[in-house]
Amino acid sequence: MIPELGSFALMVGLAFAICLCIIPLVGVQTNNLTLVKYAKPLTLGMFTFTLLSYLLLTASFVTDDFSVLYVAAHSNSHLPIQYKFAAVFGGHEGSLLLWVLMLTSWTGALALSSKNIDDAFVGRVLAILGMIVVGFMLFTILTSNPFERLLPNVPLEGRDLNPLLQDIGLIVHPPMLYLGWSGLSVAFAFANAALLCGRMDAAWARWTRPWTLAAWSFLTIGIALGSWWAYYELGWGGWWFWDPVENASFMPWIVATALIHSLSVTEQRGAFRNWTVLLAISAFSLSLLGTFLVRSGVINSVHSFASDPSRGMFILMLLGTAVIGSLTLFAFKASALKGTSKFEFYSKETFILVGNVALVVATATVLLGTLYPLIMDAFDLGKISVGPPYYNAVFSPIIALMVVVMGAAPIIRWKKNKVGTLRGELGLIALISVAFGVAFPFVYGGEFIGWVSIGMGVAFWLIAATLKNLKNNVTLSEGGYDITRPTQSYWGMVIAHMGIAVAITGATIVSYYETQLDIRMTVNDSVHLSGYEFKFEGVKDVEGPNYSAKQAQFRIFDGDKEISLLQPERRVYRVQTMGMTEAGIDSTLGRDLFVALGDPLGDQAWAVRVYVKPLINLLWIAAGLIAFGGFMCMTDKRYRAKKPSIAQAPVAVDPIVSAV
Amino acid sequence: MKRFVLFLPLIFFIGLGAFLYKGLFLNPKAMPSALEGQPVPAFKLLTVTKGDRVVTNADLVGEYYLLNVWATWCAACKAEHPYLLDIARSGVSIYGVNYKDDMVAANEWLTRYQDPYQFSAFDVDGLFGLNLGVYGAPETFLVDHHGIIRLRYAGVVDTRSWKVRFMPLIEDIKREIAASNM
Repeated sequence: MIPELGSFALMVGLAFAICLCIIPLVGVQTNNLTLVKYAKPLTLGMFTFTLLSYLLLTASFVTDDFSVLYVAAHSNSHLPIQYKFAAVFGGHEGSLLLWVLMLTSWTGALALSSKNIDDAFVGRVLAILGMIVVGFMLFTILTSNPFERLLPNVPLEGRDLNPLLQDIGLIVHPPMLYLGWSGLSVAFAFANAALLCGRMDAAWARWTRPWTLAAWSFLTIGIALGSWWAYYELGWGGWWFWDPVENASFMPWIVATALIHSLSVTEQRGAFRNWTVLLAISAFSLSLLGTFLVRSGVINSVHSFASDPSRGMFILMLLGTAVIGSLTLFAFKASALKGTSKFEFYSKETFILVGNVALVVATATVLLGTLYPLIMDAFDLGKISVGPPYYNAVFSPIIALMVVVMGAAPIIRWKKNKVGTLRGELGLIALISVAFGVAFPFVYGGEFIGWVSIGMGVAFWLIAATLKNLKNNVTLSEGGYDITRPTQSYWGMVIAHMGIAVAITGATIVSYYETQLDIRMTVNDSVHLSGYEFKFEGVKDVEGPNYSAKQAQFRIFDGDKEISLLQPERRVYRVQTMGMTEAGIDSTLGRDLFVALGDPLGDQAWAVRVYVKPLINLLWIAAGLIAFGGFMCMTDKRYRAKKPSIAQAPVAVDPIVSAV
Repeated sequence: MKRFVLFLPLIFFIGLGAFLYKGLFLNPKAMPSALEGQPVPAFKLLTVTKGDRVVTNADLVGEYYLLNVWATWCAACKAEHPYLLDIARSGVSIYGVNYKDDMVAANEWLTRYQDPYQFSAFDVDGLFGLNLGVYGAPETFLVDHHGIIRLRYAGVVDTRSWKVRFMPLIEDIKREIAASNM
């Protein structure tokens, strides 16, 4: 009964969504405000029934209802309860339902918190979001219904959740990622609504920006959690593999980064309007493209869901409709939205534009690398795969250039800046950064490595320039400091930019200075790596709730002092009889000690992999800083303030822009 | 002119969409093997059914034969198994490579589902599989009378793949043998 109710709730949600994408638009066309105002209750109805549907699927998992095909395929009565909740989105069908739930949550949140935006505009935005929801709900119901029954031969036990996914990483990573992906739909809907009614003014940018920041911050957390999970769960010791699916989450993030900056220019200066709209369309299109790549099976990846051509066709249609529709709208309507403000070469506008172009070019290189195997194959030019060497070679220089601009952009003024003042502010910092970069690899590692110099140099530059700018902003003209003088969103920017510098530092150091050893060890063997001693004290059997494991005991010594006992495991999950490695990690701010247990080699000997990874934890800290900065900007009070005079004007002109 | 520029993103996406559409009909997992045209790598392994019998390349005999990589942990192998029995009944020699598996479980499997193999080499550490370039199971290699690998096929062998991929090559091999006997 429960699954039928869930299926039914989803269909009721679909009915609400269909009404949502028709009624408000009819209202806008016929100037019927009553119909426009239906948008909010319809949105909430859609959200409520989607949530109900999701909860009913969760109930099927919790009660071990193996008559449901999806539950039987992804759960087991011995699965610990927290993983039963996570297993709801452990496969294609359920994760799609989670996608829809997130999408309707964003739509619902927008409906509830849009009191300061005029009704006709919100009506359009909600209607466009409704269309996206209809697309995804049809996809779920027609090709991937999670409530499908397995009758009459109901299995007694489920096939269990993939052991790789039985981890805290799974519980938090997909929801964050999907929140980010689907959140970009809000910016997409805003952009399309602006194109439809021809108003892409500063007010439009001000409404869009907090939503984009929210989605971007969630996406940041989602990507970082995915990376962290791959690092400690897959046991390969790496934290980023340029896998097509990682790229699928990374590309929307880079474009969204460009978008939040472009939006700030549009918001404050009224410039870059077409560019901003195009970025908003691209960001969501890339997250749809990611969905297509992951779920259609066109690309080989460790993450891919079971592929099914009919699903691929459906998402391609969804992607095509959304992107072709919005780009056609853009092609016909965009030129009407010409910006009015002018700026000179030495101006914040130029610097943000250069940074933006660098981000877009970086995205294009990642897109090319991701799709290159597919394109070669389509032309029958053979099977190839594009690996990290390509990405490292093309991605790093572009990002290094972007960071140089990024350090200076907050300091330089809008519209026009004297060259001399910029040199005065940043000249010394630039010289010190170059010197620091050149000296760093000698001091740290004893030999010169070009990329380490560049990485550490730009990281130092970014931190120093940002701090200099911060000092200017908190210094009062009469002397002394006041940290409340800059706005909250300025502080958010400072924190997020610092986060980028911290990430670059961590990535550079761990990429060039990690040490690794693949070795055969027998009981009481010791190895030395980067000043640490790893002593192997044998393997014992351990029983988990749904797996058996061989657990190795490693005592780690720093000199004579014992610092840690690491217990890496090799697990065999009983139902899926699948082997899994569980790395043993000793973590401090300065370094991670990482031990993974490999295959048994006979005579009580084991293959063992040992890493010392300096500063890797900076990566996770950086992601936290970046996301925190994003949330700070998002909750700035200027996005909460009511702007009735602007919102009600037929063609709003921002006061700042009109003054130019 | 200005108008045309605004159409560029649309044109770009339509081009991209065409590739994505084409991609739906391609199989990214169809990997040509570097070993096609090369001899079967050397091996010396125990067999599954007779624990003490050691087999090497010299034990692989026949005008042409299949080398099938299988394991009890591999669900797709179970799906493939009945078809392998059919092929074996039709007179084709199949040699098994029991890949990274447990000997007891493998024996149980062969007893329960019948044994289509002349023998199954017990490749417990996966070293032979590694030399064959195997990245999963099931995989099937077609080997000719000179011991040269003619085809590497990843995935489940079924009626269709047998007809389309294997049969034409087997005809080729038969023709070559007939030609060399003349």
